[in-house]
Amino acid sequence: MVQDIDISDLKRITELIYSKYGYDFRNYAMSSFKRRILRIIELKNLSIESLLKKLNDSPAFINEFLDELTVNVTEMFRDPSFWRVMRDEIIPGILLNHKTFNIWHAGCSSGEEVISMAILLKEMGIHNDVSLFATDLDVNILEKAKTATYPSKNMELNEKNYIRFEGKWSLRDYYKEENGKVTFDKNLYNNVTFRKHDLVVGEIFNKFDLILCRNVMIYFNQALQNEVLKKFHESLFKYGYLCIGSKESLIWCDVANRFLVANNEEKVYKKIKD
Amino acid sequence: MGPMSRFNLNNSYKAVVIGGSAGSFQGITKILSQLPKTFPLPIIMCLHRLKHVRNGFVEALSIKSVFPVTEPNDKEQIKKGGVYLAPSNYHMSVELGNYFAMSTEEMINNSRPAIDITLGTAAFVFRDKLIGILLSGANRDGGLGMKHIHDKGGLTIVQEPTECMIDTMPKAALSLTKIDHVLKVDEIVSLMKELDKQYSK
Repeated sequence: MVQDIDISDLKRITELIYSKYGYDFRNYAMSSFKRRILRIIELKNLSIESLLKKLNDSPAFINEFLDELTVNVTEMFRDPSFWRVMRDEIIPGILLNHKTFNIWHAGCSSGEEVISMAILLKEMGIHNDVSLFATDLDVNILEKAKTATYPSKNMELNEKNYIRFEGKWSLRDYYKEENGKVTFDKNLYNNVTFRKHDLVVGEIFNKFDLILCRNVMIYFNQALQNEVLKKFHESLFKYGYLCIGSKESLIWCDVANRFLVANNEEKVYKKIKD
Repeated sequence: MGPMSRFNLNNSYKAVVIGGSAGSFQGITKILSQLPKTFPLPIIMCLHRLKHVRNGFVEALSIKSVFPVTEPNDKEQIKKGGVYLAPSNYHMSVELGNYFAMSTEEMINNSRPAIDITLGTAAFVFRDKLIGILLSGANRDGGLGMKHIHDKGGLTIVQEPTECMIDTMPKAALSLTKIDHVLKVDEIVSLMKELDKQYSK
């Protein structure tokens, strides 16, 4: 954070990415977007001008750029109390009306949330009855998510979260450890479809009973959040649930009155109107 | 110079931002409990805290505070009378247009929330209209943020290191940038009262 970037330079970057590659970062929250660009410049030892040139001249660079630009820091069972509410209230509620149902992890990053959900469903004994769709705009991170492989050093925090979630066993029962890495049981991903999808410019591609989009929209400005929330509303079946991050809210957005608060503390909303 | 004009303040400031870590709870509580009821500026706090404990901290701070302390939601507007605390496991930035933005980026100085992020983004938005206060703490987080505040022309204050339970944090700031005032917590309270007087004239 020692050096600084002008807003005009950030605009040049977002305009170039949009016109050349179709990714729209023009409505991203400014402060974190600026930190990401600064980070890339430092990591790749570039200047603003050389970054612009590289983005313009070498299309192969865009995936690497997106991978660094998007925030891929996450945990398994982040906010354990959220996952307890999922297991004890929300999913039992869905099961009252549907024997089988589907879930969309929007902005799934490296897959920690998908693994968490798969484990939760296994422990509820309904893993085979649920289809999961996991999407992200970053193709590199999707490939990483598919491997279900993580550094061993991340597991202490994940295990602590799992214990607070009050899972049935131990997280260790779901993975094998080798050479400083852990790989989760591939059976967890039996019903998971990974797919590239861009929340900003992407089309609605399916209807869901449950959508999780936690700590993704915090990188958008409010106007863009409003547009994406409309898409989520349209992608949900009536009486389906939308889950957002613990510091996000949808009380202010255009579709707010079509949702009911299902759990205020954990930010779970239920669609009640089309 | 009378006691009430010791700090030579004016009424152009728009916000106060406070950082702290180990050993800062008592100082923060004292400052919040002795604020004048008419205190004119929003107070934005980033304090290191346990990552997995979401509840309890804001309640503990609120008990004695003159103003209720809240953990803002993402994109929440910053308002007069607001005393804001960065939520656990999020970085908290200030955005142009005076609102908050949360993020889950990498930890900085082993911290999330990181004080450097809250102070640095507040300095970018409020420039010379910002007062930054850094209290007791056991790592160097906040030092760079204080440098940003000074570089943009804001007022910089650190807790007197001899009064700190752990002085690493204020000392880091003192080594990185010009600090306008090195004060004990009681003197910071006096400064807040003097500031309040500037706005009631």
